[in-house]
Amino acid sequence: MTQPASNNPDKSGKPVFAARSITKTYHVGEVDVHALRGVDLDLYAGEFLVLLGPSGSGKSTLLNVLGGLDLPTSGHVRYLDQDLTSYSDAELTMFRRRHVGFVFQFYNLIPSLTARENIELVTDIASDPMDARDALELVQLRDRMDHFPAQLSGGEQQRVAIARAIAKRPEVLLCDEPTGALDGVTGVVVLEAIERVNAELGTTTAVITHNAVISQMAHRVVSLSGGAIAGTRINERRVLARELSW
Amino acid sequence: MRALHRKLFRDLIKLRSQTAAIALVMACGVATFVMSLSMLDSLQGTMDRYYEEHRFANVFASMKRAPLSLAERVREIPGVGEVESRVVEAVTLDMPLMEEPASGSVVSLPSDSREGINRLYVRSGRFPEGRGSLEVLVSQRFAEAHGLAPGDGVNAVLNGRLETLRVVGVALSPEYVWLIPPGGILPENKRYGVFWMGREEMDAAFDMKGAFNDLAIRVMPGADEAEIIERVDELTAQYGGLGAYEREDQISHKFVANELEELRAMTLIVPAIFLGVAAFLLNIVLSRMISAQREQIAALKALGYSSGEIGRHYLSFVLLIACVSGVVGAAGGAWMGRGLTRIYVDFMDFPSFEYDLHPRVLLLGFVVSAVAAMIGVASALRAAMRLPPAEAMKQQAPQNYRPTVLERAGLQRFVPLSARMIIRHIERRPLKTALSVLGIALACAILVVGGYSEDSVDYLLDFQFQRVQRYDVEVVFGATTDDRALSSIRALPGVLDAEPYRALPVRLRSDHWQRRTGILGLTSGDGLYKLLDMNGTPHALPEHGVLLATTLGQWLGVGPGDLVTVEALEGRRPEFTAEVAGLIDDFSGLAAYMNVDEMNRLMHEQGTVGGVYLSTDPQDSQSLYQDLREAPQVAGVNVKASTIKSFRETVSKNLGIMRSFMVGFSVIIAFGVVYNSARISLSERSRDLATLRVIGFTRREVAIIQLGELATITALAIPVGLVLGYFLSWLTSQATNAELIRIPFIIHPSTFALAASVVVGASLVSGLIVRTRIDKLDLISVLKSRE
Repeated sequence: MTQPASNNPDKSGKPVFAARSITKTYHVGEVDVHALRGVDLDLYAGEFLVLLGPSGSGKSTLLNVLGGLDLPTSGHVRYLDQDLTSYSDAELTMFRRRHVGFVFQFYNLIPSLTARENIELVTDIASDPMDARDALELVQLRDRMDHFPAQLSGGEQQRVAIARAIAKRPEVLLCDEPTGALDGVTGVVVLEAIERVNAELGTTTAVITHNAVISQMAHRVVSLSGGAIAGTRINERRVLARELSW
Repeated sequence: MRALHRKLFRDLIKLRSQTAAIALVMACGVATFVMSLSMLDSLQGTMDRYYEEHRFANVFASMKRAPLSLAERVREIPGVGEVESRVVEAVTLDMPLMEEPASGSVVSLPSDSREGINRLYVRSGRFPEGRGSLEVLVSQRFAEAHGLAPGDGVNAVLNGRLETLRVVGVALSPEYVWLIPPGGILPENKRYGVFWMGREEMDAAFDMKGAFNDLAIRVMPGADEAEIIERVDELTAQYGGLGAYEREDQISHKFVANELEELRAMTLIVPAIFLGVAAFLLNIVLSRMISAQREQIAALKALGYSSGEIGRHYLSFVLLIACVSGVVGAAGGAWMGRGLTRIYVDFMDFPSFEYDLHPRVLLLGFVVSAVAAMIGVASALRAAMRLPPAEAMKQQAPQNYRPTVLERAGLQRFVPLSARMIIRHIERRPLKTALSVLGIALACAILVVGGYSEDSVDYLLDFQFQRVQRYDVEVVFGATTDDRALSSIRALPGVLDAEPYRALPVRLRSDHWQRRTGILGLTSGDGLYKLLDMNGTPHALPEHGVLLATTLGQWLGVGPGDLVTVEALEGRRPEFTAEVAGLIDDFSGLAAYMNVDEMNRLMHEQGTVGGVYLSTDPQDSQSLYQDLREAPQVAGVNVKASTIKSFRETVSKNLGIMRSFMVGFSVIIAFGVVYNSARISLSERSRDLATLRVIGFTRREVAIIQLGELATITALAIPVGLVLGYFLSWLTSQATNAELIRIPFIIHPSTFALAASVVVGASLVSGLIVRTRIDKLDLISVLKSRE
């Protein structure tokens, strides 16, 4: 079952992110690896974007550059009016702290902190955070807030990670293979959480995956291959996460 | 090279800074071990050779005056090898560099001065030759203290006449390794000199022709020294014999033996601590490495490597470190041992220097370090060997944490998140945390051990010289004299108060226990010489009977009310029994006290005085010293201030050398432990820290969380270390069982403060290094890998 594209992002205004001619070269031993070879990409407010591609296509590198984790070898990334590529390390830290929420394949929860405390890590340093309990409510884990990561299943850990990412009310949520370590059923639950964040909070969301099924829930799908954009597709009809299966 | 060996070397290179820190600590252990043992061997060997080559006597006896024929009779005692009869006389000296009078002993040389017992080693110049002249050899320490060289003259009062001794050479003697004045217990290089003069000149100067007053005896191997001493005493009794004694009671040797004893105590404890710490460091590094290499171990096992091969692989990693440490430590230990031996040989003024490094010491050093390393890693190795391959391939579940004590007590609102992370991390691995705390605490403890001996000596000096010996000057009379000498001294300008005393050499007996010592006869226990026990509690001088030091009482097996037999070794040498009036637990160990009138009564003498304690007016000291120099009865003058100064210059210097070694080593230990703990904790937490950085924590904020743990562990370790240091110092003080002086067990607060600050300093430096590592955290790669 499909549904009409809802919450259509505003593409008339300026993009949240504007990446131009991004290249990224790693020196691995004596070999240069060209992870990105001149990528142009815009990300609009409220948009749900899926970056699709096989491993080694450069999608993680692109996400890292957008999120201020890494600087491109050449090219520019603008976040609203700011040029991220000119930022110092300290400025990038503040940028991440204020505007970006990250979700990783392996959750990266702090094992010595409970679910709620993992979220408080972020709310403690954010300027206008939501209550940690509300963030957990959003991923439907409020009843498990005093559990440590070791006491949670993989899917639950990832939902806590999502709650942690969105608790600061970030402008953008970047998810790198959020279901990569999960089975299909659990993965869907996690995607539902991301979908809800995008829909209810209007958070611009970019999800990296190699799983083409997931791209059906996006507004727009950008395919990467060999460090370059191989194609862009706009889903006229988005599929709800709970209807996905793989 | 097999692939597994290549892995070994790459692992070593990857963990190079940590393995280097461990190797350094372990090398320090081996080095202290090799250094101490080789130094002890060398000093003992040098001393033995010196004694043997210079034919140091085994038995000594002094008397008033005996005919030369007596020496022949002593030679006939079974077991006696060689006998040398000598003339030894006390003199007062007039040294231009000194305000206060100095004293000396003049010892006669045999007719052929290159032969005989207690042969001299002539450092410079020659033996005395000119007949009728007053040519002398002077002891090296005294010559150094006064800048004397061949050709110089020394003014001395010989037998009541002022003469000039002509220095023709500087010499060392096994009999006077340390220059300790008669009646003293501490070396005084400046105030007491020994001179050697031709026998004929001595006979003439002291009217001793055809007679002697001192015997040096070499006994044959296996002879019964006690038996010989008894026979010598019988023979010398009618000539005013003072009682023969063996080498162990010879004051210079006693002091040398005491030094070696103190060094021996150090050799046991310090290397043990170092190797223990190194073993512990290896354990934490290897455990960490094995848990990080779970998948590799599983893969190796899946490929067909046996558990034994895996175990051997990691064991070689450890043994390689132990080997490198062994080589570096042995080389460093030999180098330091050689240097330190030289310092001590100079310090003790042995004429030759030979450094003995026995191969067994090196071998033992190696074996000890290898064994310590293997003990350290046994548990980690077992874990690697037991790891089932299938399980190891699985992803490790997140580590289990639980709320801390504080939170269980409902206090979490007051504990910030970062603190909660730190506390939970520490609480989750209590054993690991305890070991880290223990490691740092040990470093702290070594520093306390290094400082305690100095504190104790300081305390002792203050106690003995300020509170017990309250006089300023002690005047020793040449021969026991009577009250008239006392009144003439009392009348000298500058003397505020004078109190006579008599030091009586005795042999105390109870059942079959006997002990050669001295009884100090005093007029009061509360005058210029105050009787205080260790706690500073005053003791009254008993009217009757004898007050014994507790250790002496224990030695003799007597307590208050018991009787001891006193064999006087002076005057008519009467033997009498005295009741033990009490025991005084003081620092002297072998002291005994009596009322001087009671002493004289028991000696069947009247008003005999051996010396006098003076309290003086510092303004008149110069003229007083001049008067004392000229007073005929005066054989020696001990100025307390000079004694303290001289002591500080010799003994404290020795302690200072030891202490600087200890501080150096402790810094290495502290740094090795702290740095390793910090690095390991960083590698365990790098993923968490990178996550924090990604979600927007600054480097500073992340560093606070990471370094907070280091700070907490250091803070926990310091009090533990101080307590441990107190305990180890106590152990060392028990191991140093010096009979000469009982060293009190005192640790000054500043020693604790220094120990704590060194550890804090090492933590700060490690923290800074870790901080730079945190700054370089690779955010992306950490996130891409699973735990």
